[in-house]
Amino acid sequence: MFSVVSVVKTSMGQKLKLIKNKAGRMVPTIVNGVKSIPFKGVGKHFPKGVKAAPPISICQDYPTSGNKVVDSLKDALEKCNIKNGMTISNHHHFRNGDLVMNKVFDILAKAGKKNLRWFPSASFPCHEPMTKHMENGVIGHIEGSLNGPLGKYASDGKMNGLAVLRSHGGRWQAVQDGEVHIDVAIIAAPTADAFGNCTGDRGPSACGLLGFGLVDSLYADKVIVVTDNLVEFPCIPWQIQGNNVDYVVVMDKVGDPEKIVSGTTRLTKSPDRLFIAELTAKFVKAAGIMKDGFSFQAGAGGTALAFAIYLKEMMKEKGIKARFIRGGSTKYLVEMLEEGLTDYILDGQTFDLEGVRSIRENVGHVNTSPFTSYNWHGKGNFASMLDAVVLGATEVDVNFNANVVTHSDGQMLHGIGGWQNCLSSKCTILSIPSFRNRIPIILNKVTTLVGPGELIDVIVTERGIAINPKREDLIKATKRSGLPIRKIEEIKEEVDELVGAPLDRPNFTDEVIGVVKWVDGTVLDSIFKVAH
Amino acid sequence: MPKKKYSSGNPTAKSDFYVEFVPNNSGGVKIDIQSKTKVLHFSKIENSCQNTLADLKIKHGKLSVIDNGGQYFVLQARIEVVVKSAHPGIINESLPLLKKHAQYKSSRNRFRRSRLYLPGTQAKLMLNAGIHQPDAIILDLEDSIAPSEKNSARIIVRNALRTLDFFGAERMVRINQGNLGLKDLEAIVPHNVHLILVPKVENAKQLKAVDDKIQNIRKDCGRKEPVYLMPILESAKGILNSFEIAKASKNNVAIAIGLEDYTADIGVERTNQGRESLFARSQVVNAARSAGIQAIDTVFSDVGDDVGLRLSVQEAKELGFDGKGCIHPRQIKPIHEEFAPSKTEIEKAKKIVLAFDIAEKKGLGVVSLGSKMIDPPVVKRALQTIDLAIATKLLNKNWKKN
Repeated sequence: MFSVVSVVKTSMGQKLKLIKNKAGRMVPTIVNGVKSIPFKGVGKHFPKGVKAAPPISICQDYPTSGNKVVDSLKDALEKCNIKNGMTISNHHHFRNGDLVMNKVFDILAKAGKKNLRWFPSASFPCHEPMTKHMENGVIGHIEGSLNGPLGKYASDGKMNGLAVLRSHGGRWQAVQDGEVHIDVAIIAAPTADAFGNCTGDRGPSACGLLGFGLVDSLYADKVIVVTDNLVEFPCIPWQIQGNNVDYVVVMDKVGDPEKIVSGTTRLTKSPDRLFIAELTAKFVKAAGIMKDGFSFQAGAGGTALAFAIYLKEMMKEKGIKARFIRGGSTKYLVEMLEEGLTDYILDGQTFDLEGVRSIRENVGHVNTSPFTSYNWHGKGNFASMLDAVVLGATEVDVNFNANVVTHSDGQMLHGIGGWQNCLSSKCTILSIPSFRNRIPIILNKVTTLVGPGELIDVIVTERGIAINPKREDLIKATKRSGLPIRKIEEIKEEVDELVGAPLDRPNFTDEVIGVVKWVDGTVLDSIFKVAH
Repeated sequence: MPKKKYSSGNPTAKSDFYVEFVPNNSGGVKIDIQSKTKVLHFSKIENSCQNTLADLKIKHGKLSVIDNGGQYFVLQARIEVVVKSAHPGIINESLPLLKKHAQYKSSRNRFRRSRLYLPGTQAKLMLNAGIHQPDAIILDLEDSIAPSEKNSARIIVRNALRTLDFFGAERMVRINQGNLGLKDLEAIVPHNVHLILVPKVENAKQLKAVDDKIQNIRKDCGRKEPVYLMPILESAKGILNSFEIAKASKNNVAIAIGLEDYTADIGVERTNQGRESLFARSQVVNAARSAGIQAIDTVFSDVGDDVGLRLSVQEAKELGFDGKGCIHPRQIKPIHEEFAPSKTEIEKAKKIVLAFDIAEKKGLGVVSLGSKMIDPPVVKRALQTIDLAIATKLLNKNWKKN
């Protein structure tokens, strides 16, 4: 099915066989020593067999009192008997306010551990100290979103191993496939009991929910819960079950909830972005998607947040109520729930403190996890049931392919998040500016392929709306809407003239520094190092 | 002795270029480029530098460029400015290509409900200004530009006029007062500016000086289309002379009032209620009407106050104004909505226009509606209401057929 096209070296001198996959992208067959399957096309990979499983535990090995509290984080890590080369994981519900993981790796560094794999569900600028741990060999490599300084470190080819970028659903799939085995999972919990039951919705460091830590708690060999709010058993409600937890650690402070709101979750003030958001809402209305009982998801970007505000006004005007909205929740979605514009928010993570309050107080605000929402190996998931989803992208191309992990200069700067998983919705809309600071966003070919064009239905820019020619139904439905529906090539031409494209292309070397996984675990694209 | 350095811009300003030039008599041209996005833009920036220096016939000197994500037409302008500061004798210009989308025309009686002010050096804001569909875009050379940037702004605005698509908005420039303003005109008038806003006009003579200068430039550059004028009255004297100013030129299409300076001039606080400026604003409306041109109200400066803006526009409409200034794109839509005619106004106007049609068809000199006679100014007003209703999509263009 695939033929070997070339053999290249990674920056660390390993040889990699590259193969051209079904999307026409060159990808390695071995990623960090694990055999990998090149992308075969959307819906074309059918893995067989049984899922991975954690080792058998015996309840008699645990205190009958249910008290699993140990003296310190160091103590807990020592008890886990961590060996060089093991995998340490965590959830990212504190976003840029995480106060635990840097401490974990500081302790492991002091203990002389080497070549560990860090497997977070996402990383943030607050994790910059991890670069130090990579430099001194404590961390071999990171598999998880690489934002900001960590993205730069990996982009420069300094990481000792390939970056493996997975979607939120893809992380669950990788664990269930046995592709990633978690040795020790760290679960920072705003409230927990001594048995290890924990919740994210209350306590002085409340962050909303803990759904991203669920897979870690179920599949890791050892699970450590770290909390700054230990309550008497039982911790009600719990999202993580103490029955999966080995040790409980009490710390002064596990997270700074003020920093949950990171840059991507702030409402835009840009008149152009607001214009795009309004145009997107008008499209959803004109296409007949906005009707009683419908559902939608809007991502964390500022434009997507503003979309929800415009849509809300249109729903109010027409007296329309949604059945459910998928979070990441924000105060804007919370307002819709409280004003009766939706029956439920099915929430994967909370992006602001209003979201945290609501999930604690409102029974209509329900916590979910990547398993319910995104997982490829579930018996269905919520993403495909959504009537519309509004997302961003760093680049798109004339075939509606999209990129969210690199910029046109080849730098790896963002994680995939739930973005890839959301592409399976009934109407996937990318709401993006047609250019950013002189750099055009619509290209002939995206720098890195993260979303295949066949799954992307609509691209909304401030200079017009492009509908994927495959979606004749949407084209027909919006034909007489008066909206600026244009061919994507036409918008591209206009923007190219404005910004003076074509620009220079980065000089890519043949060193692979990372791979992008598709939701089914196959390798969709490689990220190559840029020569400086 | 170190050679003198000439500069344009600010080395730390985002979405802009900073340019330095050290002239020399020998040694050829040296170009130094600092850019965070060198990977994507280096060759374009380098070409742009070389082409601009060639346009200006510069053979020697050192050009240093700091790129913080600016537009190429800004780079071209800043290079022209530094080179000409170093060599005042150079008369060549380095003009960007005149784009097709920069060549559309305006018309005397078009709507001027909203006019969006943009600082003349802020190219980033200009790129997408047209998509918000203001009736007019003002590239400002006056109050929003620091004295050190006046020379650069003039050339940046000139280049913007040749380069950018404003999607049908009327292309306006606010010049400086006095001689600086006349210098602005030399740079701007040949490049399809539709209308010049003349600030702080106090008498007809000042306006005539601007108009005469424009006519001379038009003759020199062979420009056929008129350049419309909108004097802004911003002082007690200007208000009292409003009628003479309004009829001082046949190119006047509107007069505007600027309340920040006016209230300072008469020594009062500017309030949201605006009682202190009621006389001035009514005076401007009356002067405009008697000269047969439009009356334009001042800007509403609290961008975050949507309710206040709407009340202010309603009041402007009640006083007889045709338009309002804006300083943020989000003000455009509320302004258009509030200037739009009401349902009752539209229905009444439709009846009058239909009655007028019947009278014309029958060759009657008098228009009547039921038992009421309709005067010609009422018919004219009804026609304007219909136009406005069509423009705001409240009425179908073919309403008579339906």
